[in-house]
Amino acid sequence: MQDFIQHIINGVSLGSIYALIALGYTMVYGILKMINFAHSDVYMVGAFAAYYFARFLGIENNPGIATLITLLVVAMVCCSLLGLAIERLAYRPLRKAPKLNILITAIGVSLFLEYSGQVVFGADPKVFPEVMKDFVLFKIGDVELKSFDITVLLVSVIAMLALEFLIFKTKIGRAMRAVSSNASVASLLGVNPDRIIAFTFIVGSSLAGVGSVLVGMKYPKIDPLMGMMIGLKAFVAAVLGGIGNVGGAVLGALIMGLSEEMVVAYLSSTYRDAFAFGILIIILIFRPAGLLGKYSVEKV
Amino acid sequence: MSSSLLTIENLEVFYGSIQALKGISFSVNTGEIVSLIGANGAGKTTTLRAISGLVPNKGNISFAGQNLNVVPTFKRVSLGLAQSPEGRGVFPQMSIYENLEMGAYSRTDKAQIKTDMEMCFELFPRLKERLSQMAGTLSGGEQQMLAISRALMCKPKMLLLDEPSLGLAPLVVAQIFEIIKKLNKEGMTILLVEQNARMALKISHRAYVLETGRIVMQDSAESLLNNDEVRKSYLGI
Repeated sequence: MQDFIQHIINGVSLGSIYALIALGYTMVYGILKMINFAHSDVYMVGAFAAYYFARFLGIENNPGIATLITLLVVAMVCCSLLGLAIERLAYRPLRKAPKLNILITAIGVSLFLEYSGQVVFGADPKVFPEVMKDFVLFKIGDVELKSFDITVLLVSVIAMLALEFLIFKTKIGRAMRAVSSNASVASLLGVNPDRIIAFTFIVGSSLAGVGSVLVGMKYPKIDPLMGMMIGLKAFVAAVLGGIGNVGGAVLGALIMGLSEEMVVAYLSSTYRDAFAFGILIIILIFRPAGLLGKYSVEKV
Repeated sequence: MSSSLLTIENLEVFYGSIQALKGISFSVNTGEIVSLIGANGAGKTTTLRAISGLVPNKGNISFAGQNLNVVPTFKRVSLGLAQSPEGRGVFPQMSIYENLEMGAYSRTDKAQIKTDMEMCFELFPRLKERLSQMAGTLSGGEQQMLAISRALMCKPKMLLLDEPSLGLAPLVVAQIFEIIKKLNKEGMTILLVEQNARMALKISHRAYVLETGRIVMQDSAESLLNNDEVRKSYLGI
């Protein structure tokens, strides 16, 4: 039983990292109806930005809250700028082009970032700065609550609550939902869709930045291809929850994190990735719109 | 002589190689209700889309003395041009209240926004009863009321209404046209696009008849109602 609870904690912690990245996929899909395949590489760049900045400041061996917050801010800012640049340079010129063109462009941008990452950062893994010491924060029975897991949970919950507030309680959030629902009607009411789309990329990318630092803290080996697998899983999580649905992305990510942890714990770690994509196949067969997604009939 | 608020000269719109509007010209004066009537596919909605800048077009559109051709869609609303689009276009996943707030998106006069919202509730008391209900769960008539109210929240000089009668029960249509008339009496200039020619002509001052991208007739609404050709083709008499 104690083991089981421990696995739940680990699973939720992993799931909330998936959620941070899945939110970026789902938000961009909600507003542009495209899968931004470059999103996982924005995440990778966030980790490297934090890595180089920590070395630049000389705080790579200086664990603590201050380091954590500094690196979070650095990764968020760098990811936002990169996301904004990708939107502006690669996607906006294709706004009126067929959807397939923009999808292929996204794959191109993704490959571009991965391989220029290998040129610029080098292909060999780097050790992420020590953001925090991992120690047992408190113990309930035999269940250990470790500082990494608590930090991951706390930071992602704060980030998601901030996102929730932004989307549902602010004027720009309302405009985001309006553009996502019907961009031309939104523009009739005075919303500049290009501005809202750019803003969506900023928000989604900065969440990926948060995720990159948390992952770097937990699994401190970063390399230019580190975004591929986690990006795919976050994407599966977004589809599982219902792509375009913000709550769905979080739900899907938690399910992914928990089931992955359980597979590793009770079956075999060999099957962890197979299981993730098995979920994708099952959901596409039985509920293609995702758990919280709605079937929508495309009008001609 | 009242002044012309909206003037359209030689408006042409192409969808690919198909020409939807073949150079139409018309004007709407301050304080008028003007109708564009015609069959399906005559170009009525396209005309409204061009006025809002949603489709690329040739020709001149000027509004309140300003050339609109250089103004992007999202800036036209602050010039005083509000549209209730075809099919109502309410945001289904937002509450009535949020839809109305979206109408006031480009305004900054907070106190006045509140007053205007109260005014919408006076026009359509049913909206007030369901303030937090999602717009997607409303009936067609209620959605139309919401779409018109949302356009009013833009505080426009001129309302563009696209088929407000579409898919609604006759009783509801009568109710909505009554409100349109009332709004006009209070000073609102209205350009109305309708397939329901009889209802439209009854409340309009003037009207233009569109046929496959051309204006084929224009007159006061009263004379059009008595015109033999209009009666035969559009009123079914």
